[in-house]
Amino acid sequence: MTDPNVIIDPVTRIEGHLRIQAYATPAGDGGTIGADVLVASTMVRGVEKILQGRDPRDAWAFTQRICGVCTVVHGLTSVRAVEAAANIKVPKNADYIRNMMIGAQYVHDHVMHFYHLHALDWVDVVSALTASSSETAALAVKNNPTYKPNNGALPTAAYFDSIKNALNSGLVSRGQLGFFSNGYWGHPAYKLSPAENLLLLSHYLEALTWAREVVKLHAIFGGKDPHPNVVVGGMPCSISTNTGSISERAGGTSLNTAGLTIAKNAVLKMQQFVDQVYAPDVRLLALRYSDWAKIGKTTGNFLSFGEFPDPTRVKTELTDGAIDYPDGYILPQNVITSPNLKTLVGFDQSKVTENITHSWYSGSDGVHPSAATTDFNYTGPAPDPEISGKPYMLDPAVKYSWIKSPRYNGKAMEVGPLAHILIMYARSLTTKALPTDKLVKYYVDRWWSGSTASGGLGLAYEDLNSTMGRIFCRMLETKIIADQMAGRPAVSAAGVTSFTGWYNQYYANRTGKYFNPTAFAKLASYATLPDKVGFGFTEAPRGALGHWVKISRSTGMIENYQCIVASQWNAGPRDGASPPNPGPYETALMGHKLARLNQPLEVLRTIHSFDPCIGCAVHILDPEGKPLVEVDINHATRC
Amino acid sequence: MVRVLGYFRDGKNFAEPVGEIELDADTEARIAELGISRRGLLTSLAGMASLMALPQSIIPAMAQTVVSPKKPSVVYMSFQECTGCLESMVNSFAFRGGASIENLLLNIISLDYQETLMAAAGAQAEEQLANATATPNGYVLVVDGSIPQIANSGFFVSGGRSGVERFRAAAQNALAIVPVGTCASFGGLPKADPNPTGAVSIRTLMTQLGISKPLINVPGCPPIPEVITGTILYYLTKGLPSLDSLKRPKIYYGETVHDECYREEYFEDGPRVAVFDDKAARFGGCLIDMGCKGPVTHNACSTIKWNQGVSFPMMAGHGCIGCAEPDFWDRLNINGKKGFYQRLAPGSFDD
Ligand code: SF4
Ligand code: SF4
Repeated sequence: MTDPNVIIDPVTRIEGHLRIQAYATPAGDGGTIGADVLVASTMVRGVEKILQGRDPRDAWAFTQRICGVCTVVHGLTSVRAVEAAANIKVPKNADYIRNMMIGAQYVHDHVMHFYHLHALDWVDVVSALTASSSETAALAVKNNPTYKPNNGALPTAAYFDSIKNALNSGLVSRGQLGFFSNGYWGHPAYKLSPAENLLLLSHYLEALTWAREVVKLHAIFGGKDPHPNVVVGGMPCSISTNTGSISERAGGTSLNTAGLTIAKNAVLKMQQFVDQVYAPDVRLLALRYSDWAKIGKTTGNFLSFGEFPDPTRVKTELTDGAIDYPDGYILPQNVITSPNLKTLVGFDQSKVTENITHSWYSGSDGVHPSAATTDFNYTGPAPDPEISGKPYMLDPAVKYSWIKSPRYNGKAMEVGPLAHILIMYARSLTTKALPTDKLVKYYVDRWWSGSTASGGLGLAYEDLNSTMGRIFCRMLETKIIADQMAGRPAVSAAGVTSFTGWYNQYYANRTGKYFNPTAFAKLASYATLPDKVGFGFTEAPRGALGHWVKISRSTGMIENYQCIVASQWNAGPRDGASPPNPGPYETALMGHKLARLNQPLEVLRTIHSFDPCIGCAVHILDPEGKPLVEVDINHATRC
Repeated sequence: MVRVLGYFRDGKNFAEPVGEIELDADTEARIAELGISRRGLLTSLAGMASLMALPQSIIPAMAQTVVSPKKPSVVYMSFQECTGCLESMVNSFAFRGGASIENLLLNIISLDYQETLMAAAGAQAEEQLANATATPNGYVLVVDGSIPQIANSGFFVSGGRSGVERFRAAAQNALAIVPVGTCASFGGLPKADPNPTGAVSIRTLMTQLGISKPLINVPGCPPIPEVITGTILYYLTKGLPSLDSLKRPKIYYGETVHDECYREEYFEDGPRVAVFDDKAARFGGCLIDMGCKGPVTHNACSTIKWNQGVSFPMMAGHGCIGCAEPDFWDRLNINGKKGFYQRLAPGSFDD
């Protein structure tokens, strides 16, 4: 092992704890990262181990805390797994609300990722402060012509003056840059003009205000955000019989007239912000940094478990469920393999394996997650060099991460927005194309592949597999989902008619059922439960997420619980193959050229383009070694 | 005891409109120098005062702090956590924008280290941490997440240092330590049975390391955003608030959520929810039979409420899971059973 000359630890502006080690040659400014790169997670909690022996109805609350950023998806994947294990069907309203909660999670998460976790890799804050306010106002009117953050009016020079002033008086003039301290300001890889920097920085601030408005949707249906409440068997919320305000005398629930208006406004605000701010900003960024469509590609293998069932397909409430009609899923359940980025391949759950050759676990390697048995086995270097007397350095030849490496058919797969968009585009070319697939094709063809003269980026479809492609696809799927919730007009050029949106569909059905009253009773008569493993899945904002649960038929409690999590697919270490297949993060970083060796901004750009969520990626299977022998592949093999 | 009056309780802000407030000449001069709106500042401080359940007479002192040439420094470190606590803090809001996260970040505190938001990474982040924690009594240390007790277990390493050593170094010069969330306050999820990584709370670790500093626990999984920012602001303005035996500020944790729950009316005589979405559920009946832990949970959910006061767990129909209490993941309920849908054991609370 060559001593790494690029170390980023902690990687900041992500969820969780991550370390990157790499070697750039020549070993100075302008060096290029080689194949030795490793990405490691250095924190573990053991959530799955904690779940053994618990009430399966409680599992959602534990798994939610795997990650407070994508909290909703873990909670709902868990209830779906338990529902699958006990054959519990949920009412339509539960699926509408779950769709909206996951949808709101996508929009909230993706917008905040872009502005608060990723933008500072592209936006130079110090340059922004030198911008001319009137120039910025002119740019704002051109780039975001319908966005009116200035007390309901378009931004003016005075508006940008006040933003610069707030930054100056709050941070600069006091010599306290706070969370902006020590950034790579002035780095040669920053390319935006001062006005462009200031415009995006103003949206950084506006997005904070916006974000706490839109998560109100989670509070109305789930009581709070982060970590809203969900329940096995449906949703725990109910329509209020008191439509006026709640009180000690009149009672009521948050699903009263006021609450439903708040939820509706949240849905509309999401759609507005995406159309007016997020989408044009990403297109501006992609235009200025289009060279990043040639950097940061992975092996070209993509996977999606599928998400957003269509509740209107339910034939009989409580005997079948939207989840049983996967061909209506907005995000398909499919695979794409290199080099055929436009060809859909069916997904077969039995081809999933977990590898621990380079992960700090002992146990079986390269087997299906339902049969894997592992335990903690920390063989890494001792931390605290001042105590151990040795530098803390990870070695790619041995174990080096708390993340395991899932593989599909032996291959490392990229999951997340890029996978979603490629798979939807590929489905748009088939007879099973949904309207949302056609819209994806329409926008990719116009905004990405269209000529720069016509407002596109003039980039090849294959170039979506890149750092900039990930950013673009994240934005595009956010738009598709925001429109799906709020409704959208017809787009005749794409051959798509108008859609009323999930909120309105739910609203029309709001007095219907929210919960299956037999759900808890079924779990209580555990001796009669089917002898199978429940598989629950979602597509989280960061990609394919699956939970497996085995409920004991002698105690009714959880016998075993396992998760394969989105970021695990992307962030996992090398596998045990010879030669080893690196994980997608590692593959994507190879070949990055660093303008300044001690300011590895380029590495951050690509790592952040994946939106790392490391709390999610780290988990442990049952150490007692109780393999899950039978897996319900019912929900996994369709489509 | 001072109580949070629930400034959203009846949809109104309980802070009175600001009348004439006299500020000292220096403060006035700083306001002019910084070019900020005097009126905007005072109204936003009034919002913050109400958040901290403090009278308006505190406003001049607060104004002085806020415009002082140096903002108080806050170092926020994360250990075994899920980022839910930070997500919650980012939702922070107060009437008239007082303690909104934007205002907090720009005008009120200097957030000198926070891994999820900070621009710097890697070596530059580590350098920033070293700088931010260099001055004795120079900063308030906010912590989320529990810490594995055994330093070289490998269960938590960041920047090449174990959680224990990273915390020890950062705690050394702190003015006060504020564990945010149930993980940091009491061990939380990582410590849930069988505690696979040997996780402990910040208070336990401080005892182990012999660190004695003012400590304010802000539990909740996650805590209510305004409780996080309100506690920090209170400390910066007035010093330590009055704490209970678990080191929680009484202004926010003095009552149980049951005490102020609007469904408390139906606790005795019903209606009570028996199955989700039944008639009583649609009416908004008491959730005690669904396992609600409200009567044993100290928090401000039913007064301040969540997400700018639009709802809270019981209002949306699910019982309280007790997330602000120590070891709530392992609470034993009726018949000695764990579980969020198990009724509280008889005698575990005063009816
Ligand atoms: S207290 Fe809850 S929200 Fe906060 S870090 Fe722990 S698990 Fe996450
Ligand atoms: S038991 Fe729960 S629902 Fe009933 S009054 Fe108390 S806190 Fe409210």
